[in-house]
Amino acid sequence: MKQITTTLSAIGLVTTAFMTYAPQALAGDLSIESWRVDDKSLWETKIIPAFNAEHPNIKVKFAPTAPTEYNASLNTRLTGGTAGDLIACRPFDVSLDLFKKGRLDKLNDLEGMKNFPDVAKGAWQTDDKATTYCLPMASVMHGFFYNKEIFKELGLSVPKTEDEFFKVLETIKSKSKYTPISLGTNDGWEMHQIVYTGVGPNYWKGEEGRQALITGKAKMTDPKFTAPYEYIARWNPYLSKGFKAQTYGDSQNLFALGRAAIYAAGSWDIAHFNKNAEFEFGAFYPPVKKSGDTCYISDHTDIGMGINSASKNKEDAKVFLNWLASEKFAELYSNEVTGFFSLSNHKITIKDKVANEMLGWRNDCKSTIRLNAQILNRGKKDLETTFWNVGAGVLSHTMTPEEGAKKIQAILDK
Amino acid sequence: MSWHPKIPLHVFVFLVPGVLIYTIFSAWPLIDTLLLSLYEQDDSGARHFVGLANYNILLFDNEWSNGFWNAMWNNLKFFVIHMLVQNPISLLIAALVSNRMLKGANTYRTLIFFPTLLSVVIVGFIWQLILNPLWGVSETLLGYIGLDDYFDAWLGMEPTALITIALISVWQFVGIPLMLIYTALLGIPDELSDAAYVDGASPRRIFWKIKLPLILPTLGLVSILTFIGNFNAFDLIYSIKGGLAGPNFSTDILGTFFYRTFFGFQSSLGSPTMGATVAAMMFFVILVAVMIYFYLVQRKLQRYQL
Amino acid sequence: MFSSLFNSSKNRGNSAFIHLFLLAYTLLALFPVFLIIINAFKTRKGIFNDPLALPTSATFSTKGFEKVMANSDFFHYFSNSLIITLGALFFILLLGAMIAWALSEYKFFGSSFMRFFMAIGIIVPIRLGSVSILETIVSLDLVNTKTALILVYIAQGLPMAVFILSEFMAQIPKELKEAARCDDVSEYKIFFQIILPLTRPAIATVAVFSIIPIWNDLWFPLILAPGEEARTVTLGVQQFIGQYVTDWNSVLASLTLAVVPVLILYMIFSKHIIRGLTAGAVK
Repeated sequence: MKQITTTLSAIGLVTTAFMTYAPQALAGDLSIESWRVDDKSLWETKIIPAFNAEHPNIKVKFAPTAPTEYNASLNTRLTGGTAGDLIACRPFDVSLDLFKKGRLDKLNDLEGMKNFPDVAKGAWQTDDKATTYCLPMASVMHGFFYNKEIFKELGLSVPKTEDEFFKVLETIKSKSKYTPISLGTNDGWEMHQIVYTGVGPNYWKGEEGRQALITGKAKMTDPKFTAPYEYIARWNPYLSKGFKAQTYGDSQNLFALGRAAIYAAGSWDIAHFNKNAEFEFGAFYPPVKKSGDTCYISDHTDIGMGINSASKNKEDAKVFLNWLASEKFAELYSNEVTGFFSLSNHKITIKDKVANEMLGWRNDCKSTIRLNAQILNRGKKDLETTFWNVGAGVLSHTMTPEEGAKKIQAILDK
Repeated sequence: MSWHPKIPLHVFVFLVPGVLIYTIFSAWPLIDTLLLSLYEQDDSGARHFVGLANYNILLFDNEWSNGFWNAMWNNLKFFVIHMLVQNPISLLIAALVSNRMLKGANTYRTLIFFPTLLSVVIVGFIWQLILNPLWGVSETLLGYIGLDDYFDAWLGMEPTALITIALISVWQFVGIPLMLIYTALLGIPDELSDAAYVDGASPRRIFWKIKLPLILPTLGLVSILTFIGNFNAFDLIYSIKGGLAGPNFSTDILGTFFYRTFFGFQSSLGSPTMGATVAAMMFFVILVAVMIYFYLVQRKLQRYQL
Repeated sequence: MFSSLFNSSKNRGNSAFIHLFLLAYTLLALFPVFLIIINAFKTRKGIFNDPLALPTSATFSTKGFEKVMANSDFFHYFSNSLIITLGALFFILLLGAMIAWALSEYKFFGSSFMRFFMAIGIIVPIRLGSVSILETIVSLDLVNTKTALILVYIAQGLPMAVFILSEFMAQIPKELKEAARCDDVSEYKIFFQIILPLTRPAIATVAVFSIIPIWNDLWFPLILAPGEEARTVTLGVQQFIGQYVTDWNSVLASLTLAVVPVLILYMIFSKHIIRGLTAGAVK
């Protein structure tokens, strides 16, 4: 009889004791929101210590969320007032919306802004270009990685045209046990952000096609937008057996374990494979249709950093942003977070071979950004996810390119 | 002493703390959510009363209704799979382990119940790894019984993804109906089946003719609990397929649809008012099911009195 | 098939078939967990090359665990989950018993409405009120606190507790209370010193039914307390795996760390848990 009351009150006591302990954020602490979960250790071991060498009194914490959940969970935290002081900005409309809702501070007067060209700032400005709300950090590029050892073993060379590309794939498939391309449709986003908008610009001539789609002069059902889907659909036989349940992480693993020869890559993957692959790998840009064609690459202004309007520590946040605008950071970021290319005006040298190779593509090819990143997504709640599902459907042969393009155009027409 | 003539003070003291917490964090939010579904929110965050407009959008505007009906339909399939697989298996195992002559019955029951204790999130990840084609565990295991050719990326294919996830959920939750049915079976007095046995009825007949009718109320309860649980499910699909509920929304159920509507996903932004509308629809679906249960099922079933 | 349910000493084959079936199902229930645990102790190569093998001296590695320990605050998450679960449980049992007693013992104005009001909570899942709950928690400035989760879980657990406990309390013999009342014992004393101890078996049932969903919940930690301070084990594992998705050593280790405590607790308390679950049965 006594036992149960004693137990209950013991539990009660313990609980109250713990509940009263609620640590408060101290002034001088900064917390960073980001979707770059892969970079967590780089921030913790390299970037933040470098910052603290100059500003030892500001404690910085890097708190990333998985890319697919970032926008939603950031929104919740901003609404709930629990978001970090510094916010990694997606380019164009997603961050523009945050700014319009009053979640991000205006950064026009930030000292460090002068270190960036207008092109870079363009991804984080209001439509009239009058206000900038995020400090540009880096761009990413898209193409393919290949396992040099497998290519050597099979006597293959880097494909320049689509015909050569398919010959390489066929050789790998028929002459070896390796998976030709490591790519899966489970997560969806890679199908669009790496694959379709990565290989597509060769078809829609980069900026020309992208602007035409924005102004409505071109439609998704035009051949220049459906042809890349037809091209992607032809990759189907060269994927691994279980590609439909293969996550982005699985694709990385498959390539890193040396079981796949080619990997549809974003430049940010370099850091991962430098750490996890035990072989030498190289990069090539999307093969063109015929030899001699101009090549186009997706060179996407990908990440910026802004200040949470509700932050209690804006002074330190500004100190941190100005440091992000410094040459020191540009050098450090481009070299440590390999595959992210600093957008500042500083002349920096990139030591990583593959990253350097990719950066060199800018000289050979014309650059564009991801097809629907700017303006098109506005007010179309399903556009981005439909792009993902169409990409996945086309590659899995559960949807024809025409069906997919029609689905997307229907959303654009609304 | 008491300021209300009809309620003595001590009753008041017993009731107030609990009822207050329950009202603030459960009852009121439910009512508030129903009310919120009648409003819309503009960019600045201000809310305006719009009547049933949100329901009109959710049910009839293609941009929303396609997703909603898809989720509703998937949810129904999810429920049917549980009814067809989980509950019969529970009944079978409960019938087997309630036999007191069976050696080790308690051990079986205890071990089979174990997965129910695990977090859905953990179960989701465990099965995702096991079914991962890259790892190849399932293929190898199926190989032992010569079925490896049938292995496929089930979680990634539109026709099979939902079924696979539903079966994972069955694997985890089989223990709950098992325990409920088991308890009901133990509650049947021995005299009844003994008498029938003496009269020469076969064990099979005793089960079908005597025991099963007596536990029908429990089976009804299990069905409605399964329904409520399934139409409230979220964690498993979220941990296996993420908020996108792929491939191509083929595993999207009302819980994940609610989450995406409320919080947004990728470039689409969340809307509390539309989220409330989806929640209100889920509320009505569950309410209708519970009413059917009470008025049709439970009334007709005579509860066996001990 | 159901004929096999019954002991017929004549039919040994039947009994063997039953054991075979139950054994197979038990294996199916436990094997996935076993597989995760053995692979958590292997090297990356060992995991991928032969997933079904036990760790050998060549493939043994605790690298995953080291990484999990270094990169996430598992003990912190555990203590959070423990505090939240026990805290909510304490109040569910105490406040639930109080309401149950008030409803089953006293007739007062509005008592049948109150009974109906509490029953709503059993039928309608509290999650459907999330939109509004989040707003309430924000306005109380309780986001990212354990208190927020405890309050919501109390509200979630109370209706079922009240239902089970009041059914049970109604069966307590009148004589006990009446005797006490004759001795002029206060109503509070009757409840705390006579009724509450008598309710112990039903309290065990409520405890089992309450603990499992609270400990395993992902939804409310995800929306009310995603921050580091109040993060629960379930959410911690979910987010950790999201971050280290390619690092199978760490993924398997974190899953193991989440499963093993539950496994151990279950081994110790399984008798009580099962008894609590099947408390309705009289035999």
